[in-house]
Amino acid sequence: MTAIEASAAAGSSTFDRLGLLAAGVAISGLALGPFATLKPNRILDGAPVSLFAALSPPVAAAVMLLAAAAAIVVALRTPALLRLLAGLAVAAALLIALGTAPSHLVARDDMLARIGPGWGFWLAFLAFALVASDAIVRLRLRPLMRVAALALVLAGAGALFASGALDDLSLLKEYAPRAQAFWSEARTHLLLSFGSVAAALTLGVPLGLACHFSPRFEGPALGFLTAIQTIPSIALFALLIAPLGWLAANLPSASAVGISGVGIAPAFVALTLYALLPVVAGVASALASTPRDAVEAARASGMTERQALLLVKAPLAAPRLLASLRVTLVQTIGLATVAALIGAGGFGTFVFQGMGQTAIDLVLLGAVPTVALAFAASVALDAAAEAAAR
Amino acid sequence: MNVAFVARVALIVSVAAFLAAPSIFEPLLRSLAPEGAPVIYRHANLAELTALHLGLTALALAASALVGVILAISVTQPWGREFLPLSRSLANAGQTFPPVAVLAIAVPAVGFGAEPTLIALIIYGILPVFENALAGLGRAPARALEAADACGMTRAQRLRKVELPLALPAILAGLRLAAISGVATATIGSAVAARTLGEVVFAGLASNNLAYVVQGAGLIAALAILISDALLAMERKAAEAFPV
Repeated sequence: MTAIEASAAAGSSTFDRLGLLAAGVAISGLALGPFATLKPNRILDGAPVSLFAALSPPVAAAVMLLAAAAAIVVALRTPALLRLLAGLAVAAALLIALGTAPSHLVARDDMLARIGPGWGFWLAFLAFALVASDAIVRLRLRPLMRVAALALVLAGAGALFASGALDDLSLLKEYAPRAQAFWSEARTHLLLSFGSVAAALTLGVPLGLACHFSPRFEGPALGFLTAIQTIPSIALFALLIAPLGWLAANLPSASAVGISGVGIAPAFVALTLYALLPVVAGVASALASTPRDAVEAARASGMTERQALLLVKAPLAAPRLLASLRVTLVQTIGLATVAALIGAGGFGTFVFQGMGQTAIDLVLLGAVPTVALAFAASVALDAAAEAAAR
Repeated sequence: MNVAFVARVALIVSVAAFLAAPSIFEPLLRSLAPEGAPVIYRHANLAELTALHLGLTALALAASALVGVILAISVTQPWGREFLPLSRSLANAGQTFPPVAVLAIAVPAVGFGAEPTLIALIIYGILPVFENALAGLGRAPARALEAADACGMTRAQRLRKVELPLALPAILAGLRLAAISGVATATIGSAVAARTLGEVVFAGLASNNLAYVVQGAGLIAALAILISDALLAMERKAAEAFPV
């Protein structure tokens, strides 16, 4: 620690600078910004509504008191567990309070009006969510505990949505008439993203092994896959329409298994091609990075090439492979939204429909689950990579 | 002269030829267009759309490079180090956000057109620049930093003369990733009425004209590959100039 750092740490011993910033942002958001927006219908612009106007006086006072107490906790240097609980408690309380705004603001028979969060709500919510995620980093949880914490938060959020407390909010009003479509698009999105990554793994692991054992193959193979990865998603989807359409038209067995020019087939092929580069390069570089003495020790103890690969190189390479798989999966989950443009379905369907109708809540109905899915996949694989490294 | 070089020159020549005189390529694309439908996209000049596409990407890239590098410098200085773990996890979380969603959410704030696309491009470009600049700033070996301090350099001088040059290859690598995702996001920007080459692809998808789809997508793919190649060459030059 340098002298400057030491004095900085000593100077701020009572306050936590990050917490101070987050508390300031959250409280000013709640006090000054609109807590909710009120739209006459789903397309028109919203009018801002302040915290005390949006909620009944006791609820508003309770929110403000809880937020102020939590702000003090996070602004001071407090134990990480306490900060985590404070962050999560306020985030949940804000959501529940927002859920009560529609019944306070809108007449029961007004079916068109939409209540959503205002930017004051977002500032406070994100600031406390940040404090909570920072607290999780500070707690240095073991991988399994991190996954358990993620599962708890997801279960809590799921319970909150299922309880009906948020049903009158604009996002859920978009969901209600589309509940069936939502879950079928969710299945498509999962099939597209996880299916194509699984396909890339099945193809990519042998290719990566080939790269590892034959450097002459590695150069051209990685060069080709890099070029593919450079091509923008919509262009690659579009360029695959023609060849797949030709296949479907000229090969009865292809159309029999559901391959056609538009829809899920070109999207699936394109996403698999994208995911191949990280898998192939990941396998090759992970295998190349296994320590030479470990491999030599294996040879000396009489292992065959194959045994050395399976018993020594593969376990040593696993953490790096899982790390590159994390990036691949997160990227594929995001790219799968674009597939909706060529009629493949998935959460992107709602995003592009919402864009077309300028209905932002419909956009969010597609975007929020995509982000949640990518985030959950990222945390889970990150934990898996760390567990494999132990 | 190797295969990759020949392929690159051929790509540049065909892009230039296509933009200068698209009708030369009409016989090639003819079979893809429906009977009686136009083969070459004529609603807008393809060269102009290409220029708009590249201009939008370049403008956003400049902004994200500036913001990303400044952010990375801030959190590696003594006064900003407290925010380093947080900004790391923020950048990680940001990458889980699909660019399409950023684009869609920017529309109500600024309206349709080039602006929401520019915002999405900038936000999405900051992340790779920031992450790579961070890795690059950490690349300076301790002995180089000690030598700089021993010469009596101030912190700012050390940053400018030692740390930033050593980080340049990594920053350029981040810029290349940002450029690739930028070309892609600018394409989707056509969905919110930004004037880019995506327009050609979308027109083709809407009217079932594969000739449009192929010429738009082919141009975009060629541009992305050429831009990535150029930035990769710069990255190698920088790594040679400032070896660690």
